[in-house]
Amino acid sequence: MSVDRYEAVIGLEVHVHLGTRTKIFSASSTTFGEEPNSCTDPVCLGLPGALPVLNRAVVDAAVRLGLAVGSHIRPHCRFARKHYFYPDLPKGFQISQFDEPLCEGGAVEFRLAGESRKVRLTRIHLEDDAGKNIHDNSGVSFVDFNRAGVPLVEIVSDPDIRSSDEAAEYMRALRALVRTLGISDGNMEEGSLRCDANVSLRLRGVEKLGTKAELKNINSFKNVREAIEHEIRRQTGVLDRGEAVVQETRLWDPDRGISQSMRSKEHAHDYRYFPEPDLPPLAVDQAWIDRAKASLPELPENRFRRYTETSGLSAQDAGVLTSEREIADYFDAAVKACAAPAKKVANWIINEVLARVSDPRALAAADLPVPPAALAELVDLVENGTLSGKLGKDVFSRMWQEKRRAGEIVASESVAVVSDAGLIEETCKKVVAAHPDEVARYKGGQSKLLGFFVGKVMKEMGGKANPKTANELMQKLLG
Amino acid sequence: MARPQVAGLSIAALADGVRARKWKARDLVESYLDRIARLDGRLGCYLLVDADGARARADQVDAALAAGKDPGPLAGVPIGLKDIFVTRGLETTAGSKILRGFIPPYESTVSTRLAAAGAIALGKLNMDEFAMGSSNENSAFKPVHNPWDLERVPGGSSGGSAASVAASLCAGSLGTDTGGSIRQPASLCGIAGMKPTYGRVSRYGVIAFASSLDHPGPFGRTVEDVAALLEVIAGHDELDATSIPSPVGSYRQACAAGLSGMRVGVPEEYFQSGMDPEVEAAVRAAIDEIARAGAKLVPVSLPHTKYAVATYYLVCTAEASSNLARYDGVRFGHRTAEASSLDELYSKTRGEGFGAEPKRRIVLGTYVLRSGYYDAYYGKALRVRRKIYDDFRAVFDKCDVLATPTSPTAAFKLGERQADPLQMYLADIYTVAPALAGVPALSQCCGFTKNNLPIGLQIIGPPLGEEAVFRVGGEYQRRTDWHKRLPKDPS
Repeated sequence: MSVDRYEAVIGLEVHVHLGTRTKIFSASSTTFGEEPNSCTDPVCLGLPGALPVLNRAVVDAAVRLGLAVGSHIRPHCRFARKHYFYPDLPKGFQISQFDEPLCEGGAVEFRLAGESRKVRLTRIHLEDDAGKNIHDNSGVSFVDFNRAGVPLVEIVSDPDIRSSDEAAEYMRALRALVRTLGISDGNMEEGSLRCDANVSLRLRGVEKLGTKAELKNINSFKNVREAIEHEIRRQTGVLDRGEAVVQETRLWDPDRGISQSMRSKEHAHDYRYFPEPDLPPLAVDQAWIDRAKASLPELPENRFRRYTETSGLSAQDAGVLTSEREIADYFDAAVKACAAPAKKVANWIINEVLARVSDPRALAAADLPVPPAALAELVDLVENGTLSGKLGKDVFSRMWQEKRRAGEIVASESVAVVSDAGLIEETCKKVVAAHPDEVARYKGGQSKLLGFFVGKVMKEMGGKANPKTANELMQKLLG
Repeated sequence: MARPQVAGLSIAALADGVRARKWKARDLVESYLDRIARLDGRLGCYLLVDADGARARADQVDAALAAGKDPGPLAGVPIGLKDIFVTRGLETTAGSKILRGFIPPYESTVSTRLAAAGAIALGKLNMDEFAMGSSNENSAFKPVHNPWDLERVPGGSSGGSAASVAASLCAGSLGTDTGGSIRQPASLCGIAGMKPTYGRVSRYGVIAFASSLDHPGPFGRTVEDVAALLEVIAGHDELDATSIPSPVGSYRQACAAGLSGMRVGVPEEYFQSGMDPEVEAAVRAAIDEIARAGAKLVPVSLPHTKYAVATYYLVCTAEASSNLARYDGVRFGHRTAEASSLDELYSKTRGEGFGAEPKRRIVLGTYVLRSGYYDAYYGKALRVRRKIYDDFRAVFDKCDVLATPTSPTAAFKLGERQADPLQMYLADIYTVAPALAGVPALSQCCGFTKNNLPIGLQIIGPPLGEEAVFRVGGEYQRRTDWHKRLPKDPS
C-alpha cells in the first residue's frame, strides 16, 4: 500500500438543522416525525403567489454560532436562489446564500488523540431544507414536505482536515457546539446534522491541491469515517495506477460501504444563482451582535480547558464530560453541591451515572432518578467515611432504582459503615480462629494474606465494617 | 326598487348608493352578472364568474346594513380580479393551462382587504399567460376584445381587468403591472389604472412573474375610483417582506387638492419618433391643460431611458425563469398523462402546460442566469436599473411628477403583432422605466383618435408619491370629460 505517499486533504460542508419552533420562511412547525405533509403551508409547499418571510430566530441562532466560532458577522448579507429540479424541492430553487453569506471565517477547535486541532471555516450561511422523497415497493413515489423549509446552516470548512478520524472529531466538536449553544439537537438519525465531504490527495510535501471528489449523503459519525477512508483508498488506487482523479460528485452508500459516481464536472448543475428578489438584504446591526454575544453559554472547548486547568481533571475525563452538554451541565451542578474534589465527582459520573443512561442527553431530564445534588450527597458520604466505596456503589444502585436520596437510605436501613472497634475486633478474632492454616502462612512471611483476612471480616459484617479500622485491628491481631 | 342601471357608474356612486340603501348590494351584483351574461361572450373578459359566491357576499353586505353595521368603504361594489390573484376555493390559473384546475387553499392579501372593505368579487379576469404580454393574446384560454373596437386588443397583460371596467362588467378591478401591464391596457381601454410604488401593495398571493417588478394595482373608470381602491389595498403586509411599512396616504382627498405650486416635468425621451402623431397631439394637449390648471411645466431629461426595454427584458426573463420553475407537475396544476422518467415528467408537463411566450422567456432567462454570464447580463442589468432609478431620483428634485404618454399607439388589431415579439415588446416603451425604478405611475384617458380609440396620459411620481400623482390626475379629470365616454355595448 502506498497510502503514506499521499496526504489526504479534506473539507467538510456540514448542514445543521436549527431547532427553531417554526420554519425559516413560514409559520409551519418544524417538529420531526409528524404525519407526512401535516407541517406545511403555501410558502414551504412553493404554491404560486406565496412569499418567504425570514424568521428572525433563525438568524439569531446562526449569529450565535458564528460568534461562537469567531466568524465575522456581515452587517449586510443577501439570500440567493439556487436552482435545480427535484420532486422534493417545491419551488424549483432553494433559498440559500451565495456571494454574501451571513458569517465568514472563524474556526472550530477540538482534540484529536490528545492533540489540539483547529479547522478553519470558510463561511456559514443560511438556507431552507428540501422535503423528502419516499419510494414504496409498488413503484409509486411520494413526497413529504414536512422538512421543506426547516432552517439549515451550512458550515463550510477550509480544506484543513487530513484524515477520516479528524473529520469525525470535527463533526463531533460541531455537534457538541450546536448543542451547547442550544440551536440544534444535532440528531444525526433524524437528519439534523448531515455532511458532504470534499476529498483530494496530493503527494506528501507538495503544496498544490489534487483533484477533488465530493462525497454526498454522509449522515453518521461512522459514515464520515468510512466514506472518507473508502475515498482515500479509491483515489490512492487511481493515482497508483498512474491515472488521474476525475472531478465528480459521488454518492455514499452506507449499506454497501461504497460510493458511486452521481455526476461528473461536465454534468455539474448550473445553479443559476441570483439574489432572492422576495427578500430584502438582511441587516444585522452591532446591537444584535452584542445581544447574541452576551447570551453565549460556556463553549465545550472552554469547559475542557477549565476542567483540565482548574478542576484538575485528566484530559480523558474532561473529554468525556464535555462530549455532551448535558454531561458537563450535570457535572458542574454536582460539583457545586459537593464538598469533595471535582475529580471524585467526575469518577462517579463516568463510572456509575453514564453506565446507566443509553443517551447522555437523558441527564437533562427533570425526572432523572439521581439528580446532580443527590449524587453530590452520596459522594460526600463516601468521602467523609460514612460509606465505603463499595457500600457507596450499592447505595447508588438503590438510589437509581428507587429514586431515593443517599441520606435517607443510610438513615433508614443502617447501611452505613460500622466503625465500632469492639464489634470489628470480635469479628477479626472469629476469622483468625477459623483459618489457622492461613495464619501460619501469614506468619511465615506471606504478608499479602492480610487482604484475605480483611475480606473475610468484611464479608462477615455485610460489607459495612470501616475498612481502615478492620485493617488496623487485623494487623495488630496477627502480630 | 328597480334594478339599477350600472353602466358607467363610479365606485363612489355605487358604494354611496348601497350605504344610503338606495340599492341593495344584491341588486347591483345581479345587474353586473346580467351584463356579464349578455356581453362577455363577445368581450372575453372573464375566465371564471363566481355568481353564487358574489350573490352570497352581496347578501352578507345587505344583512350587515340591515343590522346597522358598516360593511366598509367599498360596500357592495362589484369588482373583478385578474386571475393572477389567488382566491381560496376558486380556480386560479394565471391565464395558463399549467395551472388549470388549481384551487388555492389561501387568499391573496389584496383580495382579502377588498372583501373586508365590503367589495364583492364577481370573478377572475382574463390575462396574458403569467402576465407575459401586451395584448392579452397570450392567454391560454381566449383573447379579450377591446370594448371600443372588438377587432382590437385591450392591451395586456391585464387585458381582462381593463376591458371589464371599460365595458362596465365590473365597477373596478385589480391587475398587476410588471412592465406596463396595468397602465398600457388602461390606456388602450380608456380607463384609469395605477401601478403604485413597489412595495406599497402586498404581493402575497399574487402569482409571480418577475418578483422585483410585479406591482399589483387598481383599475377604475375614474381617477377617484382608482384612489378609493388603492386606499383599501395599500399598506404594509407582514406576509410580504418587500412591502413598505409607511402609512397609506389620503389618495381620494389628493384627487381634489388642486395643482397650486405643482411642477410637472416633461421628459424629452418620452416624445420621440415612433409615436403615433394622434397620441402625441392628445398627450401634449393634456399637458397644456395641466399647465392651464396652475402647474408649472419643467422640461426634464431621463438619459438612461433608452436602456429601459433591454434592461427590463433581462431582469424579467431571469426572474420569470426562476419563478416558473415550480410548475413541475408534482404538487398542483397540470401533470402530463404519461412519463417514463422524472426528466420526462418535467419536460412533458412543462412542454404541454406552458404557452409560447412563457417558454420563450424561460429560455431567455435561463440563458441570462447561466454560470459565468451573470455579470454580463443580469448583473449588468441590475447596474443599469440603478442608473434608471437614479435618473428618476434626480429628476424629482426638479419637479413633483412627470407627464408622458402611456403607450406610443392606441389599440392595435388582434393578430397584428403576434408574429413579431420584438414589436410587441416595444408597446411597453414608456411604461418599463417606471416599473424598473419602482415609482408610482397612473394612466388615464386624455383623448380619442379619429377612429374613436382611447389615448392614455401617464403621470409618474417619486417613490411613495402617489398623492402627487393623484393631485394631477384628479385635477386633469375634473377639467375634462374623456372619462365620461362609454363604449357602446357589443351587440
